[in-house]
Amino acid sequence: MQVTLNVRRYDPDSDQPVPYDQEYSVDVDENATVLDGLIKVREEVDGSLALRCSCRSAICGSCSMRVNGQAILACNTKLTDVVLEGGRVDIEPAGNMGLIKDLVVEFDIFWDKVRAVEPWLQPEGEEPESEYIAPNDDMVHLAGVMGCIMCGACVSDCTVLEVDRNFLGPAALAKSYRFVADPRDDADESRLDELNESGGVWDCTRCMMCVEVCPKGVDPMGRIMSLREKVIDAGHTETYGARHAEAFTRMVRHSGRVDELQLPIQTFGMFNVKEMIKLIPVGVRSQLAGKRPPIMHQKNPGMSNVRCIFNRVEDKR
Amino acid sequence: MFDHDILVIGAGLAGMRAAYTASQSGADVAIVSKVYPVRSHSNAAQGGINAALTDRGDDWEDHAYDTIKGSDYLGDQDAIEIMCREAGSEVISMEHMGVIFNRDEEGKLGVRSFGGQRQARTFFVADFTGQALLHVLHEQILKIGARVYEEWFVLSLIVEDGECHGAVVMEIRSGEVHAIRAKAVILATGGLGRVFEPSTNALICTGDGMALAYENGAPLMDMEMVQYHPTTLKANGALLSEAARGEGAYLLNSEGDRFMQEYAPNMLELASRDVVSRSEQTEINEGRGIDGCVLLDVRHIGETLINEKLSQIRQLGIDFANVDMVHEPVPIRPGMHYQMGGIKTDVNGLTNIMGLYAAGETACVSVHGGNRLGANSLLDTLVFGRRAGDHASNVVRSRQHSDAITDQYAERERNRLQEMLNRNGGGELFGKIRLDLGEAMNTHLAVYRDQQGMETALEELKGLKTRYDRVIVHDKGKTFNTNLIFTLELGFMLDCAEAIILGALERKESRGAHTRTDMPDRDDSNWLKHILIAKDENGQPDVTYQDVTITQWEPQVRSY
Ligand SMILES: Cc1cc2nc3c(=O)[nH]c(=O)nc-3n(C[C@H](O)[C@H](O)[C@H](O)COP(=O)(O)OP(=O)(O)OC[C@H]3O[C@@H](n4cnc5c(N)ncnc54)[C@H](O)[C@@H]3O)c2cc1C
Ligand code: SF4
Ligand code: SF4
Ligand code: FES
Repeated sequence: MQVTLNVRRYDPDSDQPVPYDQEYSVDVDENATVLDGLIKVREEVDGSLALRCSCRSAICGSCSMRVNGQAILACNTKLTDVVLEGGRVDIEPAGNMGLIKDLVVEFDIFWDKVRAVEPWLQPEGEEPESEYIAPNDDMVHLAGVMGCIMCGACVSDCTVLEVDRNFLGPAALAKSYRFVADPRDDADESRLDELNESGGVWDCTRCMMCVEVCPKGVDPMGRIMSLREKVIDAGHTETYGARHAEAFTRMVRHSGRVDELQLPIQTFGMFNVKEMIKLIPVGVRSQLAGKRPPIMHQKNPGMSNVRCIFNRVEDKR
Repeated sequence: MFDHDILVIGAGLAGMRAAYTASQSGADVAIVSKVYPVRSHSNAAQGGINAALTDRGDDWEDHAYDTIKGSDYLGDQDAIEIMCREAGSEVISMEHMGVIFNRDEEGKLGVRSFGGQRQARTFFVADFTGQALLHVLHEQILKIGARVYEEWFVLSLIVEDGECHGAVVMEIRSGEVHAIRAKAVILATGGLGRVFEPSTNALICTGDGMALAYENGAPLMDMEMVQYHPTTLKANGALLSEAARGEGAYLLNSEGDRFMQEYAPNMLELASRDVVSRSEQTEINEGRGIDGCVLLDVRHIGETLINEKLSQIRQLGIDFANVDMVHEPVPIRPGMHYQMGGIKTDVNGLTNIMGLYAAGETACVSVHGGNRLGANSLLDTLVFGRRAGDHASNVVRSRQHSDAITDQYAERERNRLQEMLNRNGGGELFGKIRLDLGEAMNTHLAVYRDQQGMETALEELKGLKTRYDRVIVHDKGKTFNTNLIFTLELGFMLDCAEAIILGALERKESRGAHTRTDMPDRDDSNWLKHILIAKDENGQPDVTYQDVTITQWEPQVRSY
């Protein structure tokens, strides 16, 4: 099978260090992965092509990059699944991290964020002589998060990190969840305090990108949502994020829909002049676009069904 | 130039365990790793880690006996006793550090069965035990704030008058070359799988540490003992863990027979790896294979259990063999997996060079002898990593940095690299040479070997070395020059291949993984000894022997 790998390249040592595209035509077999193609280039055609890779089996986390605009692991993505018309595949470095060379990016920001969540077990009290006793179900649940291979695909495509470098991001937050949900860890309180701060759990916009690109099914967004619940349960109801979530729930429970005029007022507080002023441009834009919410809030006609859902969920908890 | 008390080369399990321990004892420790620590190959271990926990009725001596029998009596029994005795506390300390481990109904650590052992004593985290251990050790390294030179590549060791004083290292991102001075150096650079093609090993497993030690006159031991794992995928050599057989998988030939009933009537699929690999190869050679493979069948285990305990393995089958194990058996075959041999050390990791230690797959203590039991390698990395870290941290208290070490060592390496980069035309890229090396080794030094094949391999190796002397590097830049790194790694691999072939030619019997069709029997009267290969003053390989240490288990006929 003949494919054209269209690789975004960058050489900081050249006279004109700007990214450019280079096409490599390679002959590979049907089962070949994107990584097989790139290795073929590197070993047989152009030794100067730089990329990270090691395990070839989606466990070391080295080979995240963007293929046709989305973050993937090169080693578990088959070329046949991603070839575009004309046999071309577009390959670029992972996003949201600085460029070093070709497909190699700076992972510093990734590790800095992981380090920021104090990613080590913090038990209290005396160590038991033998192992800690812990339910297997809890451990199997944690295994789902610990399967994270730190590949950075989620960080590459996180829509919030793109605009806010301060956000801890999906991988670090998932890592944090791993400790909060560990029955052996006793630092929940300080961990949750930190996560409630700016850059923490409330900054995620729930865009789902991290869930979509994660090659290990870690579900970072789901973990962030669980952390939000735990943050609220720990008594942090004062942040905008928590108040937003509570007001949102209250409204839907009451009328089956969100009252979009009331939501910011209940989140920020009626007399929070600073935040109210910030909302004026949004209000004007929505008025111009004809998307202003109705002044008179109305109940959802299917209200009884909505209430059923609430009851069901609450029973389950 | 940088200074540290202890320089650990490698951030796999062995390296990080050594660094953690040494750091806890107060030494100034730094780790150098050519990849980010969590990218190290230890993360690939799926199956688990062995330990005889006495508080649940297991006995370390049983574990030791299984290991010794597994080694085909080539393992040193004093070292094996240490490993098995310290296994329990090692596993428990990893649990205390944060490893989750699957549990039993009481919430205590659960076990699964692994090959070559009469007791189930393999502790595990689903099917990513290595990753779970590696990430937790990395967390501990972050916690204590040890210095890690991430993505730095060791080019050479600084050895003067039989003493090691540090290493010369290249920062990959900038291409800068530095000397790092240390009172002790611990090599924990892992295996050499890439010397073979295909291999279950990652692309970074290029035997760097073994070659570095060999270059400086430290002997390599048991190098002929190369493990072929019974269940690897044909497409890319990827491993399907022994956990599959531990959970009850069958091996079937083209006639649908569970052929292990013939070869190992008691242990069946869970006999030692060398035994299972030989049986599979025999089935294939005698025409009862399918396309050069036999079948691994887990269907009877059921989807729920497969998903809980073998999910990664199932995914590997889907990704690389287009087979979903829940519904169909997967074609598998023996594939190169592990190097039992390595840098010869004592039970504290010390080599014959003062100040130079080795631990993990790069070392040979020897606890695996002729054949390693599944799930004993992770244990080896942790126990002997810790012991090396411990010993080194005591020794450096009374050692000084050598004033004779200056930047000249780095300068020498800068010149060597520049000479390599300056070469243009006349030669070829590293890739084809590496492939030819791998295929030659896989043809002549695989499950079955003979004199003629091994001699052919040695001959081919000479040709490959000549080609390597003219190898060219396309990338002339300084920043992240992976082309240069791969080329340097190939140099290391050629040295390792030499030691493997010479060791194999030397051993005139069949033992463990070294099975010769022309000498099929084990010969205890002549060959119950280790083969050591070291470079003499003229840089020529020299062969010596060392007796196997036997404490309480006399060699017996080995059957499963
Ligand atoms: C697929 C697979 C599955 C396995 N499953 C099991 C199992 O279930 N149970 C078991 O017990 N064993 C298993 N093993 C074996 C076991 O995983 C390895 O033997 C063990 O993890 C090796 O650990 P290590 O610390 O010695 O080296 P590694 O983890 O390989 O680490 C080597 C380190 O050295 C560094 N390094 C190397 N060269 C240089 C250099 N020149 N400069 C700087 N740094 C360098 C690397 O960056 C890396 O950090 C498995 C092996 C494979 C391949
Ligand atoms: S869901 Fe949240 S964490 Fe995930 S990519 Fe979107 S914004 Fe980022
Ligand atoms: S959460 Fe998923 S995508 Fe993100 S680093 Fe971990 S494995 Fe990669
Ligand atoms: S090469 Fe290891 S994850 Fe792709």
